[in-house]
Amino acid sequence: MGSIGAVREPSREIFGRGDRSAAAIGQRGQGARLARRLLLAAGRGLLPWLLPVALIAAWQLASSLGWLSSRVLPAPVDVVRAAWRLTASGELWVHVKISAGRALGGLAIGGGFGLALGLLTGSVRAFETLLDSTIQMVRNIPALALIPLVILWFGIDESAKLFLIAVSVFFPIYLNTFHGIRNVDPQLIEMGRSYGLSRWQLYAQVILPGAMSSILVGLRFSLGLMWVILIVAETISAQSGIGYLTMNAREFLQTDVVLVGILLYALLGKLADLFARALETWWLRWHPGYQARTKAA
Amino acid sequence: MKVQSTERPQGERGVRLQARDVGKRYGERQVLADTRITIEPGEFIVIVGRSGCGKSTLLRLVAGLEQASHGAFYTDGRLIDGLHDDTRMMFQEARLLPWRRVLDNVLLGLPAEARERGLQVLAQVGLADRANDWPARLSGGQRQRVALARALVHFPRLLLLDEPLGALDALTRIEMHRLIESLWERHRFTALLVTHDVQEAVALADRVILIEDGRIALDERIKLPRPRSQGDAEFAAIEKRILDRVLGKPEAQALPAANDPLLEDARLQGLRWAL
Repeated sequence: MGSIGAVREPSREIFGRGDRSAAAIGQRGQGARLARRLLLAAGRGLLPWLLPVALIAAWQLASSLGWLSSRVLPAPVDVVRAAWRLTASGELWVHVKISAGRALGGLAIGGGFGLALGLLTGSVRAFETLLDSTIQMVRNIPALALIPLVILWFGIDESAKLFLIAVSVFFPIYLNTFHGIRNVDPQLIEMGRSYGLSRWQLYAQVILPGAMSSILVGLRFSLGLMWVILIVAETISAQSGIGYLTMNAREFLQTDVVLVGILLYALLGKLADLFARALETWWLRWHPGYQARTKAA
Repeated sequence: MKVQSTERPQGERGVRLQARDVGKRYGERQVLADTRITIEPGEFIVIVGRSGCGKSTLLRLVAGLEQASHGAFYTDGRLIDGLHDDTRMMFQEARLLPWRRVLDNVLLGLPAEARERGLQVLAQVGLADRANDWPARLSGGQRQRVALARALVHFPRLLLLDEPLGALDALTRIEMHRLIESLWERHRFTALLVTHDVQEAVALADRVILIEDGRIALDERIKLPRPRSQGDAEFAAIEKRILDRVLGKPEAQALPAANDPLLEDARLQGLRWAL
Protein backbone atom coordinates (compact mmCIF):
# COMPACT_ATOMS: atom_id res chain seq x y z
CA MET A 1 0.00 0.00 0.00
CA GLY A 2 2.82 2.30 0.91
CA SER A 3 4.51 1.67 -2.41
CA ILE A 4 1.35 2.49 -4.34
CA GLY A 5 1.13 5.74 -2.44
CA ALA A 6 4.73 6.51 -3.23
CA VAL A 7 4.19 5.90 -6.92
CA ARG A 8 1.08 8.01 -6.97
CA GLU A 9 2.36 11.03 -5.16
CA PRO A 10 4.73 12.45 -7.78
CA SER A 11 2.16 12.25 -10.54
CA ARG A 12 -0.31 14.07 -8.32
CA GLU A 13 2.25 16.77 -7.77
CA ILE A 14 2.82 17.14 -11.47
CA PHE A 15 -0.89 17.54 -11.99
CA GLY A 16 -1.05 19.96 -9.10
CA ARG A 17 1.64 22.11 -10.66
CA GLY A 18 -0.04 22.04 -14.04
CA ASP A 19 -3.31 23.01 -12.40
CA ARG A 20 -1.67 25.87 -10.65
CA SER A 21 -0.33 27.43 -13.79
CA ALA A 22 -3.81 27.09 -15.24
CA ALA A 23 -5.14 28.74 -12.11
CA ALA A 24 -2.98 31.75 -12.86
CA ILE A 25 -5.65 32.45 -15.45
CA GLY A 26 -8.65 31.03 -13.56
CA GLN A 27 -7.77 31.74 -9.87
CA ARG A 28 -10.42 29.34 -8.55
CA GLY A 29 -10.38 26.38 -6.22
CA GLN A 30 -6.80 27.05 -5.20
CA GLY A 31 -7.44 27.12 -1.47
CA ALA A 32 -9.16 23.74 -1.49
CA ARG A 33 -6.36 22.25 -3.52
CA LEU A 34 -3.75 23.61 -1.16
CA ALA A 35 -5.59 22.12 1.83
CA ARG A 36 -5.76 18.76 0.12
CA ARG A 37 -2.05 18.84 -0.62
CA LEU A 38 -1.20 19.72 2.98
CA LEU A 39 -3.35 16.82 4.18
CA LEU A 40 -1.61 14.47 1.78
CA ALA A 41 1.80 15.63 2.94
CA ALA A 42 0.83 15.10 6.58
CA GLY A 43 -0.49 11.62 5.73
CA ARG A 44 2.76 10.74 4.03
CA GLY A 45 4.70 11.88 7.09
CA LEU A 46 2.58 9.82 9.49
CA LEU A 47 2.30 6.63 7.47
CA PRO A 48 5.67 5.11 8.51
CA TRP A 49 4.67 5.46 12.17
CA LEU A 50 1.45 3.51 11.75
CA LEU A 51 2.93 0.04 12.23
CA PRO A 52 5.17 0.76 15.26
CA VAL A 53 2.31 2.51 17.05
CA ALA A 54 -0.06 -0.36 16.30
CA LEU A 55 2.49 -2.90 17.58
CA ILE A 56 3.00 -1.03 20.83
CA ALA A 57 -0.76 -0.70 21.27
CA ALA A 58 -1.20 -4.44 20.73
CA TRP A 59 1.62 -5.17 23.18
CA GLN A 60 0.05 -2.91 25.80
CA LEU A 61 -3.34 -4.53 25.22
CA ALA A 62 -1.88 -8.05 25.57
CA SER A 63 -0.18 -7.09 28.82
CA SER A 64 -3.29 -5.38 30.25
CA LEU A 65 -5.45 -8.39 29.42
CA GLY A 66 -2.93 -10.70 31.06
CA TRP A 67 -2.05 -12.63 27.90
CA LEU A 68 1.59 -11.59 28.25
CA SER A 69 3.29 -12.33 31.57
CA SER A 70 5.38 -9.45 32.91
CA ARG A 71 8.17 -12.02 33.47
CA VAL A 72 8.43 -12.32 29.69
CA LEU A 73 7.74 -8.77 28.69
CA PRO A 74 6.57 -5.92 30.90
CA ALA A 75 3.85 -3.63 29.61
CA PRO A 76 5.10 -0.58 27.68
CA VAL A 77 3.60 1.65 30.31
CA ASP A 78 5.64 -0.11 33.00
CA VAL A 79 8.80 0.37 30.95
CA VAL A 80 8.08 4.07 30.66
CA ARG A 81 7.40 4.24 34.39
CA ALA A 82 10.65 2.45 35.18
CA ALA A 83 12.55 4.80 32.89
CA TRP A 84 10.93 7.79 34.58
CA ARG A 85 11.67 6.43 38.07
CA LEU A 86 15.32 5.83 37.22
CA THR A 87 15.67 9.24 35.60
CA ALA A 88 14.05 11.03 38.50
CA SER A 89 16.31 9.33 41.03
CA GLY A 90 19.35 10.26 38.95
CA GLU A 91 20.43 6.61 38.85
CA LEU A 92 19.94 6.36 35.09
CA TRP A 93 22.12 9.34 34.34
CA VAL A 94 24.95 8.00 36.50
CA HIS A 95 25.01 4.68 34.66
CA VAL A 96 24.67 6.24 31.20
CA LYS A 97 27.54 8.56 31.97
CA ILE A 98 29.78 5.71 33.07
CA SER A 99 28.93 3.54 30.05
CA ALA A 100 29.34 6.38 27.56
CA GLY A 101 32.64 7.30 29.21
CA ARG A 102 33.94 3.75 28.78
CA ALA A 103 32.80 3.61 25.17
CA LEU A 104 34.26 6.97 24.19
CA GLY A 105 37.46 6.37 26.15
CA GLY A 106 38.01 3.09 24.35
CA LEU A 107 37.19 4.73 21.02
CA ALA A 108 39.62 7.56 21.67
CA ILE A 109 42.46 5.19 22.54
CA GLY A 110 41.85 2.53 19.88
CA GLY A 111 40.67 4.96 17.19
CA GLY A 112 43.57 7.31 17.88
CA PHE A 113 46.10 4.52 17.47
CA GLY A 114 44.26 3.21 14.39
CA LEU A 115 44.26 6.63 12.75
CA ALA A 116 47.89 7.34 13.57
CA LEU A 117 49.15 3.96 12.39
CA GLY A 118 46.91 4.04 9.31
CA LEU A 119 48.30 7.44 8.34
CA LEU A 120 51.82 6.20 8.93
CA THR A 121 51.60 2.96 6.96
CA GLY A 122 49.49 4.58 4.25
CA SER A 123 51.99 7.39 3.72
CA VAL A 124 55.37 5.76 4.25
CA ARG A 125 56.22 2.57 2.37
CA ALA A 126 58.84 1.53 4.90
CA PHE A 127 56.27 1.50 7.71
CA GLU A 128 53.86 -0.49 5.58
CA THR A 129 56.50 -3.15 4.99
CA LEU A 130 57.39 -3.17 8.66
CA LEU A 131 53.94 -3.10 10.27
CA ASP A 132 51.13 -3.96 7.90
CA SER A 133 51.46 -7.75 7.71
CA THR A 134 51.71 -7.98 11.50
CA ILE A 135 48.60 -5.87 11.92
CA GLN A 136 46.75 -7.94 9.34
CA MET A 137 47.61 -11.11 11.26
CA VAL A 138 46.50 -9.72 14.61
CA ARG A 139 43.31 -8.45 12.97
CA ASN A 140 42.07 -12.01 12.55
CA ILE A 141 41.81 -12.51 16.31
CA PRO A 142 38.26 -11.64 17.42
CA ALA A 143 38.42 -9.15 20.27
CA LEU A 144 35.92 -11.18 22.28
CA ALA A 145 38.18 -14.24 22.13
CA LEU A 146 40.65 -12.26 24.22
CA ILE A 147 38.27 -12.01 27.19
CA PRO A 148 39.84 -14.80 29.29
CA LEU A 149 43.28 -13.38 28.70
CA VAL A 150 42.13 -9.84 29.39
CA ILE A 151 40.59 -10.91 32.70
CA LEU A 152 43.89 -12.51 33.66
CA TRP A 153 45.84 -9.39 32.67
CA PHE A 154 43.62 -6.63 33.97
CA GLY A 155 41.18 -8.37 36.33
CA ILE A 156 37.62 -7.20 35.83
CA ASP A 157 38.00 -3.50 36.40
CA GLU A 158 37.81 -0.52 34.04
CA SER A 159 41.05 -1.09 32.17
CA ALA A 160 39.83 -4.48 30.93
CA LYS A 161 36.76 -2.89 29.34
CA LEU A 162 38.74 -0.03 27.85
CA PHE A 163 41.25 -2.48 26.43
CA LEU A 164 38.59 -4.65 24.77
CA ILE A 165 36.86 -1.65 23.19
CA ALA A 166 40.13 -0.10 22.08
CA VAL A 167 41.30 -3.32 20.44
CA SER A 168 38.07 -3.81 18.54
CA VAL A 169 37.70 -0.23 17.23
CA PHE A 170 41.36 -0.07 16.22
CA PHE A 171 41.08 -2.24 13.13
CA PRO A 172 38.23 -0.65 11.17
CA ILE A 173 39.78 2.77 11.57
CA TYR A 174 43.28 1.54 10.78
CA LEU A 175 42.23 -0.34 7.64
CA ASN A 176 40.05 2.39 6.22
CA THR A 177 42.59 5.10 6.92
CA PHE A 178 45.28 3.05 5.20
CA HIS A 179 43.13 2.40 2.14
CA GLY A 180 41.85 5.97 2.07
CA ILE A 181 45.40 7.31 1.89
CA ARG A 182 46.42 4.76 -0.73
CA ASN A 183 43.41 5.55 -2.92
CA VAL A 184 43.96 9.28 -3.13
CA ASP A 185 44.06 10.15 -6.83
CA PRO A 186 47.77 10.21 -7.81
CA GLN A 187 46.94 12.77 -10.50
CA LEU A 188 45.85 15.20 -7.79
CA ILE A 189 49.06 14.60 -5.87
CA GLU A 190 51.12 15.23 -9.02
CA MET A 191 49.14 18.39 -9.68
CA GLY A 192 49.72 19.58 -6.11
CA ARG A 193 53.45 18.97 -6.40
CA SER A 194 53.71 20.78 -9.71
CA TYR A 195 51.83 23.76 -8.23
CA GLY A 196 54.51 24.18 -5.61
CA LEU A 197 52.83 22.69 -2.53
CA SER A 198 55.27 21.76 0.20
CA ARG A 199 55.23 18.24 1.58
CA TRP A 200 53.12 19.32 4.55
CA GLN A 201 50.71 21.38 2.43
CA LEU A 202 50.29 18.43 0.11
CA TYR A 203 49.39 16.26 3.08
CA ALA A 204 46.97 18.70 4.66
CA GLN A 205 45.30 19.94 1.49
CA VAL A 206 45.31 16.96 -0.85
CA ILE A 207 46.03 13.62 0.82
CA LEU A 208 44.10 13.93 4.08
CA PRO A 209 40.92 15.42 2.57
CA GLY A 210 41.11 12.78 -0.16
CA ALA A 211 41.20 10.01 2.42
CA MET A 212 38.51 11.55 4.62
CA SER A 213 35.48 9.73 3.22
CA SER A 214 37.20 6.42 3.77
CA ILE A 215 38.29 7.36 7.30
CA LEU A 216 34.71 8.27 8.19
CA VAL A 217 33.47 4.91 6.93
CA GLY A 218 35.99 3.35 9.32
CA LEU A 219 34.66 5.53 12.14
CA ARG A 220 31.10 4.38 11.53
CA PHE A 221 32.12 0.74 11.60
CA SER A 222 34.02 1.39 14.81
CA LEU A 223 31.07 3.06 16.48
CA GLY A 224 28.91 0.03 15.78
CA LEU A 225 31.53 -2.34 17.20
CA MET A 226 32.15 -0.06 20.15
CA TRP A 227 28.62 -0.55 21.57
CA VAL A 228 28.58 -4.29 20.97
CA ILE A 229 31.85 -4.80 22.83
CA LEU A 230 30.76 -2.43 25.59
CA ILE A 231 27.56 -4.43 26.13
CA VAL A 232 29.43 -7.72 26.29
CA ALA A 233 32.09 -6.32 28.62
CA GLU A 234 29.54 -4.75 30.96
CA THR A 235 27.36 -7.85 30.99
CA ILE A 236 30.26 -10.07 32.04
CA SER A 237 31.29 -8.01 34.99
CA ALA A 238 30.63 -4.52 36.14
CA GLN A 239 29.83 -2.56 39.27
CA SER A 240 28.25 0.30 37.36
CA GLY A 241 27.03 1.25 33.92
CA ILE A 242 24.02 0.24 31.85
CA GLY A 243 25.14 -3.39 31.73
CA TYR A 244 25.33 -3.51 35.52
CA LEU A 245 21.87 -1.91 35.72
CA THR A 246 20.30 -4.59 33.53
CA MET A 247 22.14 -7.57 35.04
CA ASN A 248 21.25 -6.37 38.51
CA ALA A 249 17.61 -5.96 37.49
CA ARG A 250 17.59 -9.46 36.04
CA GLU A 251 18.46 -10.92 39.43
CA PHE A 252 15.36 -9.26 40.89
CA LEU A 253 13.19 -10.14 37.86
CA GLN A 254 12.69 -6.45 37.08
CA THR A 255 12.07 -6.98 33.39
CA ASP A 256 10.97 -3.37 32.99
CA VAL A 257 14.42 -2.12 34.05
CA VAL A 258 16.08 -4.70 31.79
CA LEU A 259 14.08 -3.33 28.89
CA VAL A 260 15.03 0.23 29.80
CA GLY A 261 18.69 -0.83 29.62
CA ILE A 262 18.23 -2.44 26.22
CA LEU A 263 16.47 0.64 24.87
CA LEU A 264 19.24 2.84 26.29
CA TYR A 265 21.86 0.90 24.36
CA ALA A 266 19.77 1.30 21.21
CA LEU A 267 19.39 5.01 21.82
CA LEU A 268 23.12 5.54 22.43
CA GLY A 269 23.94 3.55 19.31
CA LYS A 270 21.57 5.68 17.27
CA LEU A 271 23.05 8.87 18.71
CA ALA A 272 26.56 7.75 17.79
CA ASP A 273 25.44 6.97 14.26
CA LEU A 274 23.74 10.35 13.92
CA PHE A 275 26.94 11.98 15.10
CA ALA A 276 29.00 10.12 12.50
CA ARG A 277 26.54 11.06 9.78
CA ALA A 278 26.67 14.70 10.84
CA LEU A 279 30.45 14.55 10.53
CA GLU A 280 30.08 13.08 7.04
CA THR A 281 27.62 15.68 5.82
CA TRP A 282 29.93 18.43 7.08
CA TRP A 283 33.31 17.12 5.98
CA LEU A 284 32.08 15.64 2.74
CA ARG A 285 29.75 18.47 1.81
CA TRP A 286 31.70 18.86 -1.44
CA HIS A 287 30.85 15.29 -2.41
CA PRO A 288 27.90 14.99 -4.83
CA GLY A 289 26.87 11.65 -3.28
CA TYR A 290 26.60 13.09 0.19
CA GLN A 291 24.94 16.28 -1.02
CA ALA A 292 22.23 14.20 -2.66
CA ARG A 293 21.62 12.29 0.55
CA THR A 294 21.41 15.44 2.61
CA LYS A 295 18.85 16.83 0.26
CA ALA A 296 16.79 13.64 0.27
CA ALA A 297 16.84 13.40 4.07
CA MET B 1 59.94 26.04 -2.27
CA LYS B 2 59.49 29.77 -2.09
CA VAL B 3 56.04 31.29 -2.16
CA GLN B 4 55.64 33.28 -5.29
CA SER B 5 54.81 36.95 -4.95
CA THR B 6 51.40 37.86 -6.25
CA GLU B 7 52.64 40.61 -8.52
CA ARG B 8 54.97 39.92 -11.38
CA PRO B 9 56.89 42.89 -12.73
CA GLN B 10 55.32 44.48 -15.77
CA GLY B 11 57.00 43.86 -19.05
CA GLU B 12 58.58 40.58 -18.02
CA ARG B 13 57.49 38.20 -20.72
CA GLY B 14 57.68 34.56 -21.51
CA VAL B 15 60.81 32.47 -21.23
CA ARG B 16 63.07 31.30 -24.01
CA LEU B 17 62.93 27.53 -23.96
CA GLN B 18 65.65 25.39 -25.44
CA ALA B 19 65.92 21.63 -25.80
CA ARG B 20 69.46 20.40 -26.25
CA ASP B 21 69.64 16.85 -27.56
CA VAL B 22 66.93 15.67 -25.23
CA GLY B 23 66.22 11.96 -25.13
CA LYS B 24 64.01 9.88 -22.90
CA ARG B 25 63.74 6.14 -22.62
CA TYR B 26 61.64 3.94 -20.38
CA GLY B 27 63.65 0.77 -20.08
CA GLU B 28 64.19 -0.39 -23.64
CA ARG B 29 61.59 1.94 -25.08
CA GLN B 30 62.97 5.09 -26.65
CA VAL B 31 60.17 7.64 -26.31
CA LEU B 32 62.03 10.76 -27.33
CA ALA B 33 65.30 11.01 -29.22
CA ASP B 34 67.80 13.82 -29.83
CA THR B 35 65.22 16.58 -29.67
CA ARG B 36 66.52 20.03 -30.44
CA ILE B 37 64.23 23.08 -30.37
CA THR B 38 64.48 26.72 -29.52
CA ILE B 39 61.31 28.51 -28.57
CA GLU B 40 61.39 32.29 -28.42
CA PRO B 41 59.86 34.26 -25.53
CA GLY B 42 56.12 34.70 -25.95
CA GLU B 43 55.79 32.20 -28.75
CA PHE B 44 52.77 29.93 -28.97
CA ILE B 45 53.99 26.46 -29.91
CA VAL B 46 51.63 23.61 -30.64
CA ILE B 47 52.99 20.09 -30.70
CA VAL B 48 50.96 17.58 -32.67
CA GLY B 49 51.40 13.90 -33.18
CA ARG B 50 49.72 10.57 -32.89
CA SER B 51 49.00 8.89 -29.55
CA GLY B 52 52.18 7.61 -27.98
CA CYS B 53 54.54 9.61 -30.20
CA GLY B 54 56.27 11.16 -27.20
CA LYS B 55 54.64 14.58 -27.22
CA SER B 56 53.23 14.32 -23.70
CA THR B 57 56.56 13.03 -22.47
CA LEU B 58 58.22 16.11 -23.90
CA LEU B 59 55.82 18.30 -21.95
CA ARG B 60 56.36 16.40 -18.72
CA LEU B 61 60.13 16.79 -19.15
CA VAL B 62 59.76 20.54 -19.61
CA ALA B 63 57.52 20.68 -16.52
CA GLY B 64 60.21 18.93 -14.51
CA LEU B 65 57.82 16.11 -13.62
CA GLU B 66 60.24 13.65 -15.17
CA GLN B 67 63.98 13.49 -15.81
CA ALA B 68 65.45 13.25 -19.28
CA SER B 69 67.65 10.23 -20.00
CA HIS B 70 70.16 12.48 -21.73
CA GLY B 71 70.34 16.09 -22.79
CA ALA B 72 68.28 18.75 -21.02
CA PHE B 73 65.88 21.66 -21.33
CA TYR B 74 66.92 25.22 -20.53
CA THR B 75 64.73 28.20 -19.73
CA ASP B 76 66.53 31.47 -20.40
CA GLY B 77 69.75 29.48 -20.40
CA ARG B 78 69.11 27.91 -16.97
CA LEU B 79 68.96 24.15 -16.71
CA ILE B 80 65.58 22.64 -15.82
CA ASP B 81 66.30 20.03 -13.14
CA GLY B 82 62.94 19.72 -11.42
CA LEU B 83 59.71 21.57 -10.73
CA HIS B 84 60.06 25.31 -11.09
CA ASP B 85 57.91 28.30 -10.25
CA ASP B 86 58.10 29.96 -13.67
CA THR B 87 56.19 27.14 -15.24
CA ARG B 88 52.61 26.00 -14.74
CA MET B 89 50.90 23.06 -16.32
CA MET B 90 47.32 22.41 -17.39
CA PHE B 91 46.51 18.73 -17.57
CA GLN B 92 44.18 16.72 -19.75
CA GLU B 93 41.83 16.46 -16.77
CA ALA B 94 41.08 19.61 -14.82
CA ARG B 95 42.47 18.01 -11.62
CA LEU B 96 40.57 20.35 -9.33
CA LEU B 97 40.49 19.39 -5.68
CA PRO B 98 36.83 18.41 -5.23
CA TRP B 99 36.85 19.41 -1.56
CA ARG B 100 37.85 23.01 -2.21
CA ARG B 101 35.56 25.63 -3.62
CA VAL B 102 36.38 27.12 -7.01
CA LEU B 103 38.24 30.15 -5.68
CA ASP B 104 40.20 28.06 -3.17
CA ASN B 105 41.23 25.79 -6.02
CA VAL B 106 42.53 28.77 -7.94
CA LEU B 107 44.45 29.93 -4.85
CA LEU B 108 46.13 26.54 -4.32
CA GLY B 109 49.62 27.08 -2.98
CA LEU B 110 49.18 30.84 -2.65
CA PRO B 111 48.89 32.90 0.53
CA ALA B 112 45.50 34.30 1.57
CA GLU B 113 46.49 37.77 0.36
CA ALA B 114 46.27 36.53 -3.21
CA ARG B 115 42.48 36.35 -2.93
CA GLU B 116 41.79 39.54 -4.88
CA ARG B 117 44.10 38.43 -7.62
CA GLY B 118 42.38 35.04 -7.72
CA LEU B 119 39.00 36.70 -8.19
CA GLN B 120 40.42 38.85 -11.00
CA VAL B 121 41.75 35.84 -12.84
CA LEU B 122 38.48 34.00 -12.33
CA ALA B 123 36.77 36.98 -13.91
CA GLN B 124 39.18 36.77 -16.84
CA VAL B 125 38.06 33.21 -17.54
CA GLY B 126 34.44 34.28 -17.07
CA LEU B 127 33.71 32.45 -13.85
CA ALA B 128 33.70 35.19 -11.22
CA ASP B 129 30.15 34.28 -10.24
CA ARG B 130 31.09 30.65 -9.56
CA ALA B 131 33.86 31.44 -7.06
CA ASN B 132 32.01 29.77 -4.16
CA ASP B 133 30.74 26.69 -5.96
CA TRP B 134 32.06 23.16 -5.51
CA PRO B 135 33.89 21.82 -8.58
CA ALA B 136 31.35 18.97 -8.79
CA ARG B 137 28.75 21.53 -9.84
CA LEU B 138 30.69 22.75 -12.88
CA SER B 139 30.59 21.46 -16.44
CA GLY B 140 33.70 20.00 -18.07
CA GLY B 141 34.48 23.25 -19.88
CA GLN B 142 34.02 25.31 -16.74
CA ARG B 143 36.36 23.00 -14.84
CA GLN B 144 39.07 23.48 -17.44
CA ARG B 145 38.56 27.23 -17.23
CA VAL B 146 39.09 27.05 -13.47
CA ALA B 147 42.23 25.01 -14.12
CA LEU B 148 43.36 27.70 -16.55
CA ALA B 149 42.75 30.38 -13.94
CA ARG B 150 44.66 28.31 -11.37
CA ALA B 151 47.64 28.23 -13.74
CA LEU B 152 47.47 31.92 -14.70
CA VAL B 153 47.18 33.22 -11.14
CA HIS B 154 50.84 32.27 -10.68
CA PHE B 155 51.92 34.55 -13.57
CA PRO B 156 53.65 31.69 -15.33
CA ARG B 157 56.27 32.68 -17.86
CA LEU B 158 55.85 29.31 -19.49
CA LEU B 159 52.43 27.67 -19.70
CA LEU B 160 52.28 23.99 -20.59
CA LEU B 161 48.99 22.60 -21.84
CA ASP B 162 48.71 18.83 -22.11
CA GLU B 163 45.66 18.24 -24.34
CA PRO B 164 43.51 20.26 -21.96
CA LEU B 165 40.61 20.43 -24.38
CA GLY B 166 40.64 16.78 -25.39
CA ALA B 167 37.53 15.88 -23.43
CA LEU B 168 35.43 18.90 -24.37
CA ASP B 169 32.74 19.14 -27.02
CA ALA B 170 33.41 20.97 -30.29
CA LEU B 171 31.64 24.22 -29.40
CA THR B 172 33.26 24.49 -26.00
CA ARG B 173 36.62 23.86 -27.64
CA ILE B 174 36.25 26.78 -30.00
CA GLU B 175 35.26 28.99 -27.06
CA MET B 176 38.31 27.77 -25.16
CA HIS B 177 40.60 28.48 -28.15
CA ARG B 178 39.47 32.10 -28.14
CA LEU B 179 39.85 32.34 -24.37
CA ILE B 180 43.34 30.84 -24.32
CA GLU B 181 44.41 33.04 -27.24
CA SER B 182 43.14 36.23 -25.64
CA LEU B 183 44.74 35.41 -22.28
CA TRP B 184 48.01 34.58 -24.03
CA GLU B 185 47.91 37.91 -25.84
CA ARG B 186 47.25 39.68 -22.55
CA HIS B 187 49.87 37.91 -20.41
CA ARG B 188 52.50 37.24 -23.11
CA PHE B 189 53.73 33.99 -21.60
CA THR B 190 55.42 31.35 -23.73
CA ALA B 191 52.88 28.64 -24.46
CA LEU B 192 53.46 25.00 -25.26
CA LEU B 193 50.29 23.12 -26.17
CA VAL B 194 50.14 19.43 -26.93
CA THR B 195 47.22 18.18 -28.98
CA HIS B 196 46.22 15.62 -31.57
CA ASP B 197 43.75 18.01 -33.16
CA VAL B 198 45.39 19.64 -36.18
CA GLN B 199 42.63 22.23 -36.46
CA GLU B 200 43.33 23.31 -32.89
CA ALA B 201 47.01 23.53 -33.75
CA VAL B 202 46.44 25.76 -36.76
CA ALA B 203 43.97 27.93 -34.82
CA LEU B 204 46.42 28.70 -32.02
CA ALA B 205 50.02 28.16 -33.08
CA ASP B 206 52.79 30.49 -34.10
CA ARG B 207 54.64 27.30 -34.89
CA VAL B 208 53.30 23.78 -35.31
CA ILE B 209 55.77 21.06 -34.41
CA LEU B 210 55.02 17.51 -35.48
CA ILE B 211 56.58 14.68 -33.50
CA GLU B 212 56.83 11.24 -35.00
CA ASP B 213 58.35 8.25 -33.24
CA GLY B 214 60.04 10.49 -30.74
CA ARG B 215 61.59 12.86 -33.31
CA ILE B 216 60.65 16.25 -34.63
CA ALA B 217 59.36 15.63 -38.15
CA LEU B 218 58.02 19.06 -39.00
CA ASP B 219 58.42 22.59 -37.66
CA GLU B 220 56.14 24.97 -39.50
CA ARG B 221 55.43 28.61 -38.86
CA ILE B 222 51.75 29.60 -39.24
CA LYS B 223 51.59 33.16 -40.49
CA LEU B 224 47.81 33.62 -40.57
CA PRO B 225 46.67 36.81 -38.82
CA ARG B 226 44.85 36.43 -35.51
CA PRO B 227 42.09 35.84 -34.59
CA ARG B 228 41.95 33.04 -37.10
CA SER B 229 38.74 31.91 -38.66
CA GLN B 230 38.33 28.20 -39.22
CA GLY B 231 36.19 28.76 -42.29
CA ASP B 232 39.04 30.62 -44.03
CA ALA B 233 40.38 28.99 -47.24
CA GLU B 234 44.02 29.49 -46.31
CA PHE B 235 43.35 28.07 -42.84
CA ALA B 236 41.78 25.00 -44.40
CA ALA B 237 44.69 24.58 -46.81
CA ILE B 238 47.28 24.66 -44.04
CA GLU B 239 45.20 22.33 -41.92
CA LYS B 240 44.90 19.85 -44.79
CA ARG B 241 48.60 19.97 -45.56
CA ILE B 242 49.61 19.25 -41.96
CA LEU B 243 46.94 16.61 -41.58
CA ASP B 244 48.14 14.87 -44.75
CA ARG B 245 51.66 15.03 -43.44
CA VAL B 246 50.57 13.44 -40.13
CA LEU B 247 48.52 10.75 -41.83
CA GLY B 248 50.85 10.14 -44.74
CA LYS B 249 53.77 8.74 -42.89
CA PRO B 250 52.95 5.13 -41.96
CA GLU B 251 52.21 3.95 -45.51
CA ALA B 252 54.76 6.15 -47.21
CA GLN B 253 58.03 5.58 -45.44
CA ALA B 254 57.92 3.62 -42.22
CA LEU B 255 60.30 0.76 -42.77
CA PRO B 256 61.32 -0.28 -39.29
CA ALA B 257 64.38 -2.38 -38.77
CA ALA B 258 63.46 -6.01 -38.39
CA ASN B 259 65.03 -6.23 -34.96
CA ASP B 260 63.12 -3.29 -33.50
CA PRO B 261 60.02 -4.64 -31.74
CA LEU B 262 58.87 -1.18 -30.71
CA LEU B 263 58.53 0.13 -34.24
CA GLU B 264 56.99 -3.14 -35.32
CA ASP B 265 54.41 -2.68 -32.62
CA ALA B 266 53.87 0.93 -33.60
CA ARG B 267 53.21 -0.06 -37.19
CA LEU B 268 50.62 -2.61 -36.14
CA GLN B 269 48.91 -0.01 -34.03
CA GLY B 270 48.91 2.43 -36.88
CA LEU B 271 45.61 1.15 -38.15
CA ARG B 272 43.65 2.12 -35.11
CA TRP B 273 45.50 5.27 -34.20
CA ALA B 274 42.96 7.96 -33.76
CA LEU B 275 43.57 11.57 -34.59
